[in-house]
Amino acid sequence: MTLGSVTERAPGAGPSTAKWVAGTMAALLLWGLVYSQLVPFSEWVVSLAHIDPTSQLGEALSFFIYDTPKVLMLLTLVVFGMGVVRSFFSPEKTRALLAGKREGGGNVLAAGLGILTPFCSCSAVPMFIGFVSAGVPLGVTFSFLISAPMVNEVALGLLFGLVGWKVALTYLGFGLFVAIAAGWVIGRLHLENWLEEWVRNIRASAAELPPENVTVIDRIKAGIEAVREIVGKVWPWIIAGIAIGALIHGYVPSDLLASVMGQGAWWSVPAAVLIGIPMYSNAAGIIPVVQALLAKGAALGTVLAFMMSVIALSLPEMIILRKVLSPRLIAVFVGVVGTGILAVGFLFNALFN
Amino acid sequence: MKDVKVLGPGCKRCIAAAEMVQAEADRLGVPVTIEKVTDYAAIAGYGIASTPGVVIDGKVVHAGGLPKPEDLAKWLGA
Repeated sequence: MTLGSVTERAPGAGPSTAKWVAGTMAALLLWGLVYSQLVPFSEWVVSLAHIDPTSQLGEALSFFIYDTPKVLMLLTLVVFGMGVVRSFFSPEKTRALLAGKREGGGNVLAAGLGILTPFCSCSAVPMFIGFVSAGVPLGVTFSFLISAPMVNEVALGLLFGLVGWKVALTYLGFGLFVAIAAGWVIGRLHLENWLEEWVRNIRASAAELPPENVTVIDRIKAGIEAVREIVGKVWPWIIAGIAIGALIHGYVPSDLLASVMGQGAWWSVPAAVLIGIPMYSNAAGIIPVVQALLAKGAALGTVLAFMMSVIALSLPEMIILRKVLSPRLIAVFVGVVGTGILAVGFLFNALFN
Repeated sequence: MKDVKVLGPGCKRCIAAAEMVQAEADRLGVPVTIEKVTDYAAIAGYGIASTPGVVIDGKVVHAGGLPKPEDLAKWLGA
Protein backbone atom coordinates (compact mmCIF):
# COMPACT_ATOMS: atom_id res chain seq x y z
CA MET A 1 0.00 0.00 0.00
CA THR A 2 2.74 2.39 1.02
CA LEU A 3 4.92 1.38 -1.88
CA GLY A 4 2.10 1.82 -4.37
CA SER A 5 1.44 5.41 -3.37
CA VAL A 6 5.16 6.16 -3.43
CA THR A 7 5.45 4.87 -6.97
CA GLU A 8 2.65 7.10 -8.21
CA ARG A 9 4.19 10.21 -6.80
CA ALA A 10 7.67 9.61 -8.13
CA PRO A 11 8.63 11.95 -10.94
CA GLY A 12 10.51 10.26 -13.77
CA ALA A 13 10.66 6.76 -12.30
CA GLY A 14 13.30 4.94 -14.34
CA PRO A 15 14.15 1.28 -14.83
CA SER A 16 16.37 1.34 -11.75
CA THR A 17 13.38 2.45 -9.65
CA ALA A 18 11.41 -0.48 -11.04
CA LYS A 19 14.24 -2.79 -10.01
CA TRP A 20 14.21 -1.48 -6.45
CA VAL A 21 10.43 -1.76 -6.15
CA ALA A 22 10.46 -5.28 -7.61
CA GLY A 23 13.25 -6.23 -5.23
CA THR A 24 11.27 -4.89 -2.28
CA MET A 25 8.17 -6.83 -3.37
CA ALA A 26 10.22 -10.02 -3.69
CA ALA A 27 11.71 -9.48 -0.23
CA LEU A 28 8.22 -8.96 1.25
CA LEU A 29 7.00 -12.16 -0.42
CA LEU A 30 9.96 -14.13 0.92
CA TRP A 31 9.26 -12.66 4.35
CA GLY A 32 5.67 -13.96 4.20
CA LEU A 33 6.80 -17.43 3.13
CA VAL A 34 9.34 -17.77 5.94
CA TYR A 35 6.91 -16.34 8.50
CA SER A 36 4.23 -18.90 7.62
CA GLN A 37 6.68 -21.74 8.29
CA LEU A 38 7.72 -20.65 11.79
CA VAL A 39 5.32 -22.87 13.78
CA PRO A 40 6.29 -26.15 12.05
CA PHE A 41 9.93 -25.10 12.31
CA SER A 42 9.81 -24.49 16.07
CA GLU A 43 7.89 -27.73 16.67
CA TRP A 44 10.48 -29.60 14.68
CA VAL A 45 13.36 -28.09 16.70
CA VAL A 46 11.70 -28.91 20.03
CA SER A 47 11.02 -32.48 18.86
CA LEU A 48 14.71 -32.87 18.09
CA ALA A 49 15.60 -32.09 21.69
CA HIS A 50 13.53 -35.05 23.01
CA ILE A 51 11.89 -33.00 25.74
CA ASP A 52 8.28 -33.49 26.77
CA PRO A 53 6.57 -30.44 25.20
CA THR A 54 4.13 -30.20 28.13
CA SER A 55 6.90 -30.07 30.76
CA GLN A 56 8.09 -26.77 32.21
CA LEU A 57 11.34 -26.90 30.28
CA GLY A 58 9.50 -27.88 27.11
CA GLU A 59 7.10 -24.95 27.42
CA ALA A 60 9.89 -22.49 28.08
CA LEU A 61 11.92 -23.84 25.18
CA SER A 62 9.15 -23.84 22.59
CA PHE A 63 8.15 -20.30 23.64
CA PHE A 64 11.72 -19.15 23.10
CA ILE A 65 12.30 -20.95 19.82
CA TYR A 66 9.01 -19.87 18.29
CA ASP A 67 8.91 -16.32 19.55
CA THR A 68 12.45 -15.19 18.82
CA PRO A 69 12.31 -15.43 15.01
CA LYS A 70 8.66 -14.40 14.97
CA VAL A 71 9.27 -11.22 16.91
CA LEU A 72 12.44 -10.32 15.03
CA MET A 73 10.67 -10.79 11.70
CA LEU A 74 7.63 -8.73 12.69
CA LEU A 75 9.86 -6.02 14.07
CA THR A 76 11.89 -5.90 10.86
CA LEU A 77 8.71 -5.49 8.81
CA VAL A 78 7.26 -2.74 11.00
CA VAL A 79 10.55 -0.85 11.26
CA PHE A 80 11.01 -1.01 7.49
CA GLY A 81 7.50 0.31 6.89
CA MET A 82 7.95 3.13 9.39
CA GLY A 83 11.34 3.98 7.89
CA VAL A 84 9.67 4.48 4.51
CA VAL A 85 6.76 6.48 5.99
CA ARG A 86 9.13 8.68 7.98
CA SER A 87 11.05 9.66 4.87
CA PHE A 88 8.02 11.86 4.13
CA PHE A 89 8.47 13.73 7.43
CA SER A 90 11.25 15.73 9.05
CA PRO A 91 11.55 17.64 12.31
CA GLU A 92 11.77 20.87 10.30
CA LYS A 93 8.48 20.19 8.50
CA THR A 94 6.84 19.15 11.76
CA ARG A 95 8.04 22.34 13.39
CA ALA A 96 6.61 24.42 10.57
CA LEU A 97 3.26 22.68 11.09
CA LEU A 98 3.32 23.28 14.85
CA ALA A 99 4.72 26.81 15.04
CA GLY A 100 2.20 29.25 16.42
CA LYS A 101 -0.43 26.54 16.93
CA ARG A 102 -2.78 27.08 19.82
CA GLU A 103 -2.78 24.70 22.75
CA GLY A 104 -5.39 22.00 22.57
CA GLY A 105 -5.42 21.34 18.85
CA GLY A 106 -1.67 21.89 18.81
CA ASN A 107 -1.19 19.21 21.47
CA VAL A 108 -3.21 16.69 19.49
CA LEU A 109 -1.31 17.45 16.29
CA ALA A 110 2.06 17.32 18.09
CA ALA A 111 1.33 13.95 19.69
CA GLY A 112 0.29 12.52 16.32
CA LEU A 113 3.33 13.93 14.51
CA GLY A 114 5.49 12.50 17.30
CA ILE A 115 4.77 9.04 15.92
CA LEU A 116 5.57 9.91 12.31
CA THR A 117 8.55 12.24 12.61
CA PRO A 118 12.04 10.72 12.68
CA PHE A 119 13.36 11.13 16.21
CA CYS A 120 16.41 10.01 18.07
CA SER A 121 17.21 10.84 21.65
CA CYS A 122 20.62 12.18 20.56
CA SER A 123 18.89 15.05 18.76
CA ALA A 124 16.25 15.63 21.45
CA VAL A 125 17.99 18.76 22.72
CA PRO A 126 18.52 20.53 19.35
CA MET A 127 14.94 19.59 18.49
CA PHE A 128 13.56 20.95 21.75
CA ILE A 129 15.40 24.26 21.33
CA GLY A 130 14.56 24.39 17.63
CA PHE A 131 10.87 23.98 18.40
CA VAL A 132 10.66 26.41 21.31
CA SER A 133 12.80 29.13 19.71
CA ALA A 134 10.75 29.04 16.50
CA GLY A 135 7.49 29.68 18.32
CA VAL A 136 6.10 26.23 19.06
CA PRO A 137 4.35 26.60 22.46
CA LEU A 138 6.10 24.81 25.34
CA GLY A 139 3.15 22.50 26.10
CA VAL A 140 2.86 21.54 22.42
CA THR A 141 6.60 20.82 22.31
CA PHE A 142 6.19 18.55 25.33
CA SER A 143 3.32 16.65 23.71
CA PHE A 144 5.70 15.92 20.85
CA LEU A 145 8.59 14.99 23.14
CA ILE A 146 6.44 12.60 25.18
CA SER A 147 4.77 10.92 22.22
CA ALA A 148 7.88 10.53 20.02
CA PRO A 149 9.81 8.08 22.21
CA MET A 150 6.80 6.41 23.86
CA VAL A 151 4.59 5.59 20.89
CA ASN A 152 7.24 4.22 18.58
CA GLU A 153 7.31 1.54 15.92
CA VAL A 154 9.30 -0.86 18.08
CA ALA A 155 6.73 -0.77 20.88
CA LEU A 156 3.75 -1.02 18.53
CA GLY A 157 5.35 -3.70 16.33
CA LEU A 158 6.30 -5.89 19.27
CA LEU A 159 2.95 -5.50 21.05
CA PHE A 160 1.21 -6.36 17.80
CA GLY A 161 3.39 -9.41 17.29
CA LEU A 162 3.39 -10.76 20.83
CA VAL A 163 0.15 -9.67 22.46
CA GLY A 164 -2.18 -8.86 19.58
CA TRP A 165 -3.50 -5.86 17.72
CA LYS A 166 -6.07 -4.92 20.35
CA VAL A 167 -3.45 -4.28 22.99
CA ALA A 168 -1.23 -2.54 20.43
CA LEU A 169 -4.06 -0.17 19.48
CA THR A 170 -4.87 0.39 23.15
CA TYR A 171 -1.26 1.29 23.82
CA LEU A 172 -1.31 3.67 20.85
CA GLY A 173 -4.50 5.34 22.08
CA PHE A 174 -3.42 5.71 25.68
CA GLY A 175 0.09 6.78 24.70
CA LEU A 176 -1.39 9.57 22.60
CA PHE A 177 -3.77 10.46 25.42
CA VAL A 178 -0.95 10.77 27.97
CA ALA A 179 1.14 12.86 25.54
CA ILE A 180 -1.76 15.20 24.73
CA ALA A 181 -2.98 15.58 28.31
CA ALA A 182 0.47 15.97 29.90
CA GLY A 183 1.54 18.52 27.26
CA TRP A 184 -1.68 20.45 27.71
CA VAL A 185 -1.28 20.56 31.51
CA ILE A 186 2.35 21.71 31.20
CA GLY A 187 1.21 24.42 28.78
CA ARG A 188 -1.52 25.57 31.20
CA LEU A 189 1.05 25.90 33.98
CA HIS A 190 3.00 28.52 31.95
CA LEU A 191 6.42 27.31 32.90
CA GLU A 192 8.37 29.11 30.17
CA ASN A 193 10.44 30.84 32.85
CA TRP A 194 11.64 27.48 34.13
CA LEU A 195 13.63 26.82 30.98
CA GLU A 196 17.36 27.31 31.36
CA GLU A 197 18.15 30.96 30.75
CA TRP A 198 20.28 30.54 27.62
CA VAL A 199 17.43 28.61 26.01
CA ARG A 200 15.02 31.47 26.65
CA ASN A 201 17.43 33.90 25.02
CA ILE A 202 17.66 32.08 21.73
CA ARG A 203 15.45 33.66 19.13
CA ALA A 204 16.30 31.94 15.90
CA SER A 205 14.14 32.09 12.84
CA ALA A 206 13.62 28.73 11.19
CA ALA A 207 16.23 27.97 8.56
CA GLU A 208 15.02 27.79 4.97
CA LEU A 209 16.35 24.56 3.57
CA PRO A 210 16.71 23.96 -0.14
CA PRO A 211 14.14 21.39 -1.31
CA GLU A 212 15.65 17.91 -1.26
CA ASN A 213 14.91 15.60 -4.12
CA VAL A 214 13.87 12.35 -2.40
CA THR A 215 13.32 9.48 -4.82
CA VAL A 216 11.50 6.19 -4.37
CA ILE A 217 14.88 4.48 -4.12
CA ASP A 218 15.85 6.88 -1.33
CA ARG A 219 12.68 5.98 0.57
CA ILE A 220 13.30 2.24 0.23
CA LYS A 221 16.89 2.83 1.32
CA ALA A 222 15.60 4.80 4.31
CA GLY A 223 13.53 1.75 5.29
CA ILE A 224 16.53 -0.56 4.96
CA GLU A 225 18.71 1.87 6.89
CA ALA A 226 16.10 2.01 9.69
CA VAL A 227 16.11 -1.80 9.91
CA ARG A 228 19.91 -1.92 9.97
CA GLU A 229 20.10 0.72 12.64
CA ILE A 230 17.16 -0.17 14.91
CA VAL A 231 16.93 -3.94 14.58
CA GLY A 232 20.73 -4.11 14.53
CA LYS A 233 20.78 -2.34 17.88
CA VAL A 234 17.87 -3.92 19.73
CA TRP A 235 18.09 -7.60 18.80
CA PRO A 236 20.20 -8.60 21.84
CA TRP A 237 17.63 -6.88 24.06
CA ILE A 238 14.81 -8.76 22.40
CA ILE A 239 16.51 -12.12 22.83
CA ALA A 240 17.26 -11.34 26.48
CA GLY A 241 13.66 -10.22 26.97
CA ILE A 242 12.27 -13.35 25.36
CA ALA A 243 14.58 -15.52 27.47
CA ILE A 244 13.27 -13.87 30.65
CA GLY A 245 9.75 -14.18 29.29
CA ALA A 246 10.35 -17.87 28.60
CA LEU A 247 11.50 -18.42 32.19
CA ILE A 248 8.39 -16.65 33.49
CA HIS A 249 6.29 -18.80 31.17
CA GLY A 250 7.79 -22.04 32.31
CA TYR A 251 8.55 -21.48 35.97
CA VAL A 252 6.73 -18.60 37.68
CA PRO A 253 3.48 -19.87 39.20
CA SER A 254 0.40 -18.01 37.97
CA ASP A 255 -1.10 -17.60 41.45
CA LEU A 256 1.89 -15.63 42.69
CA LEU A 257 1.87 -13.16 39.81
CA ALA A 258 -1.88 -12.75 39.81
CA SER A 259 -1.79 -11.83 43.49
CA VAL A 260 1.03 -9.29 43.00
CA MET A 261 0.12 -7.79 39.63
CA GLY A 262 -3.50 -8.87 39.27
CA GLN A 263 -6.58 -6.66 39.32
CA GLY A 264 -7.18 -7.20 43.02
CA ALA A 265 -4.00 -5.39 44.01
CA TRP A 266 -4.71 -1.66 43.55
CA TRP A 267 -1.27 -0.62 44.77
CA SER A 268 0.42 -2.52 41.98
CA VAL A 269 -0.24 0.30 39.47
CA PRO A 270 1.66 3.04 41.38
CA ALA A 271 4.31 0.46 42.29
CA ALA A 272 4.72 -0.44 38.61
CA VAL A 273 5.10 3.24 37.64
CA LEU A 274 7.64 3.91 40.40
CA ILE A 275 9.69 0.83 39.56
CA GLY A 276 9.58 1.76 35.90
CA ILE A 277 11.03 5.28 36.22
CA PRO A 278 14.65 4.42 37.04
CA MET A 279 14.55 1.39 34.75
CA TYR A 280 15.76 2.04 31.29
CA SER A 281 15.10 -0.35 28.51
CA ASN A 282 13.87 0.27 25.06
CA ALA A 283 10.53 -1.22 24.13
CA ALA A 284 12.38 -4.15 22.62
CA GLY A 285 13.57 -5.65 25.88
CA ILE A 286 10.46 -4.95 27.93
CA ILE A 287 7.67 -6.23 25.70
CA PRO A 288 8.51 -9.94 25.66
CA VAL A 289 8.45 -9.73 29.46
CA VAL A 290 5.14 -7.86 29.27
CA GLN A 291 3.66 -10.64 27.18
CA ALA A 292 4.75 -13.32 29.65
CA LEU A 293 3.37 -11.31 32.60
CA LEU A 294 0.01 -10.94 30.85
CA ALA A 295 -0.14 -14.65 30.08
CA LYS A 296 0.37 -15.37 33.77
CA GLY A 297 -2.58 -13.28 34.88
CA ALA A 298 -1.11 -9.83 35.50
CA ALA A 299 -3.66 -7.06 34.87
CA LEU A 300 -3.36 -5.27 31.52
CA GLY A 301 -3.53 -1.75 33.00
CA THR A 302 -0.75 -2.50 35.46
CA VAL A 303 1.47 -3.99 32.79
CA LEU A 304 0.86 -1.13 30.31
CA ALA A 305 1.55 1.43 33.04
CA PHE A 306 4.82 -0.33 33.83
CA MET A 307 5.80 -0.38 30.19
CA MET A 308 4.96 3.29 29.57
CA SER A 309 6.84 4.30 32.68
CA VAL A 310 9.95 2.39 31.62
CA ILE A 311 9.89 3.85 28.11
CA ALA A 312 8.62 7.40 28.62
CA LEU A 313 10.27 8.33 31.90
CA SER A 314 13.86 7.24 31.66
CA LEU A 315 16.83 8.58 33.55
CA PRO A 316 19.09 8.99 30.49
CA GLU A 317 16.48 11.12 28.76
CA MET A 318 16.14 13.34 31.82
CA ILE A 319 19.89 13.80 31.94
CA ILE A 320 19.80 14.90 28.29
CA LEU A 321 16.87 17.25 28.93
CA ARG A 322 18.56 18.66 32.02
CA LYS A 323 20.68 20.71 29.61
CA VAL A 324 17.64 22.77 28.64
CA LEU A 325 15.18 22.33 31.52
CA SER A 326 15.58 23.45 35.09
CA PRO A 327 15.33 20.70 37.75
CA ARG A 328 11.94 22.10 38.75
CA LEU A 329 10.62 21.74 35.22
CA ILE A 330 11.95 18.18 35.01
CA ALA A 331 10.17 17.39 38.29
CA VAL A 332 6.92 18.78 36.88
CA PHE A 333 7.45 16.80 33.67
CA VAL A 334 7.94 13.54 35.60
CA GLY A 335 5.04 14.32 37.92
CA VAL A 336 2.56 15.16 35.15
CA VAL A 337 3.52 12.27 32.87
CA GLY A 338 3.64 9.85 35.81
CA THR A 339 0.16 10.92 36.92
CA GLY A 340 -1.12 10.43 33.38
CA ILE A 341 0.31 6.93 33.21
CA LEU A 342 -1.13 6.14 36.63
CA ALA A 343 -4.57 7.28 35.51
CA VAL A 344 -4.33 5.13 32.38
CA GLY A 345 -3.35 2.10 34.46
CA PHE A 346 -6.24 2.49 36.91
CA LEU A 347 -8.76 3.29 34.21
CA PHE A 348 -7.74 0.30 32.23
CA ASN A 349 -7.90 -2.13 35.12
CA ALA A 350 -11.35 -0.77 35.96
CA LEU A 351 -12.66 -0.93 32.38
CA PHE A 352 -11.46 -4.45 31.61
CA ASN A 353 -12.39 -6.08 34.85
CA MET B 1 37.82 28.42 -0.14
CA LYS B 2 34.45 27.09 1.01
CA ASP B 3 33.58 27.60 4.64
CA VAL B 4 31.70 24.53 5.84
CA LYS B 5 30.17 24.08 9.28
CA VAL B 6 28.82 20.74 10.46
CA LEU B 7 26.26 21.24 13.22
CA GLY B 8 25.82 18.47 15.76
CA PRO B 9 26.48 17.67 19.42
CA GLY B 10 29.08 15.04 18.52
CA CYS B 11 26.92 12.06 17.70
CA LYS B 12 28.17 9.33 15.38
CA ARG B 13 26.28 10.71 12.41
CA CYS B 14 27.65 14.22 12.88
CA ILE B 15 31.19 12.89 12.66
CA ALA B 16 30.23 10.80 9.62
CA ALA B 17 28.67 13.87 7.97
CA ALA B 18 31.87 15.89 8.47
CA GLU B 19 33.90 13.04 6.96
CA MET B 20 31.53 12.90 3.98
CA VAL B 21 31.97 16.61 3.33
CA GLN B 22 35.75 16.28 3.46
CA ALA B 23 35.73 13.25 1.15
CA GLU B 24 33.46 14.94 -1.38
CA ALA B 25 35.52 18.14 -1.32
CA ASP B 26 38.72 16.14 -1.87
CA ARG B 27 37.13 14.29 -4.78
CA LEU B 28 36.03 17.54 -6.41
CA GLY B 29 39.27 19.31 -5.60
CA VAL B 30 37.40 22.09 -3.79
CA PRO B 31 39.40 23.59 -0.93
CA VAL B 32 37.31 23.67 2.27
CA THR B 33 37.61 24.51 5.91
CA ILE B 34 35.39 22.29 8.03
CA GLU B 35 34.35 23.38 11.46
CA LYS B 36 32.32 21.20 13.81
CA VAL B 37 29.81 23.24 15.80
CA THR B 38 28.92 21.27 18.93
CA ASP B 39 27.53 23.97 21.21
CA TYR B 40 23.74 23.61 21.55
CA ALA B 41 23.10 27.34 21.63
CA ALA B 42 25.20 27.88 18.50
CA ILE B 43 23.45 25.00 16.71
CA ALA B 44 20.05 26.39 17.63
CA GLY B 45 21.11 29.78 16.32
CA TYR B 46 21.11 28.36 12.79
CA GLY B 47 17.40 27.61 13.06
CA ILE B 48 17.48 23.86 12.49
CA ALA B 49 15.60 21.27 14.54
CA SER B 50 17.55 18.12 13.74
CA THR B 51 21.20 17.20 13.50
CA PRO B 52 23.58 16.80 11.78
CA GLY B 53 23.18 20.08 9.94
CA VAL B 54 25.41 21.36 7.14
CA VAL B 55 26.12 25.06 6.61
CA ILE B 56 28.08 26.18 3.53
CA ASP B 57 29.31 29.78 3.35
CA GLY B 58 26.81 30.78 6.01
CA LYS B 59 23.80 29.15 4.36
CA VAL B 60 22.05 26.14 5.92
CA VAL B 61 21.74 23.51 3.20
CA HIS B 62 20.88 20.38 5.14
CA ALA B 63 19.44 19.22 8.45
CA GLY B 64 18.82 15.75 9.87
CA GLY B 65 20.47 12.52 8.79
CA LEU B 66 23.37 12.07 6.44
CA PRO B 67 23.42 14.22 3.31
CA LYS B 68 23.51 12.53 -0.08
CA PRO B 69 26.92 12.67 -1.80
CA GLU B 70 25.40 14.05 -5.02
CA ASP B 71 23.76 16.86 -3.05
CA LEU B 72 27.06 17.63 -1.34
CA ALA B 73 28.73 17.85 -4.74
CA LYS B 74 26.05 20.29 -5.88
CA TRP B 75 26.40 22.47 -2.77
CA LEU B 76 30.20 22.46 -2.84
CA GLY B 77 30.35 23.11 -6.57
CA ALA B 78 27.96 26.07 -6.59
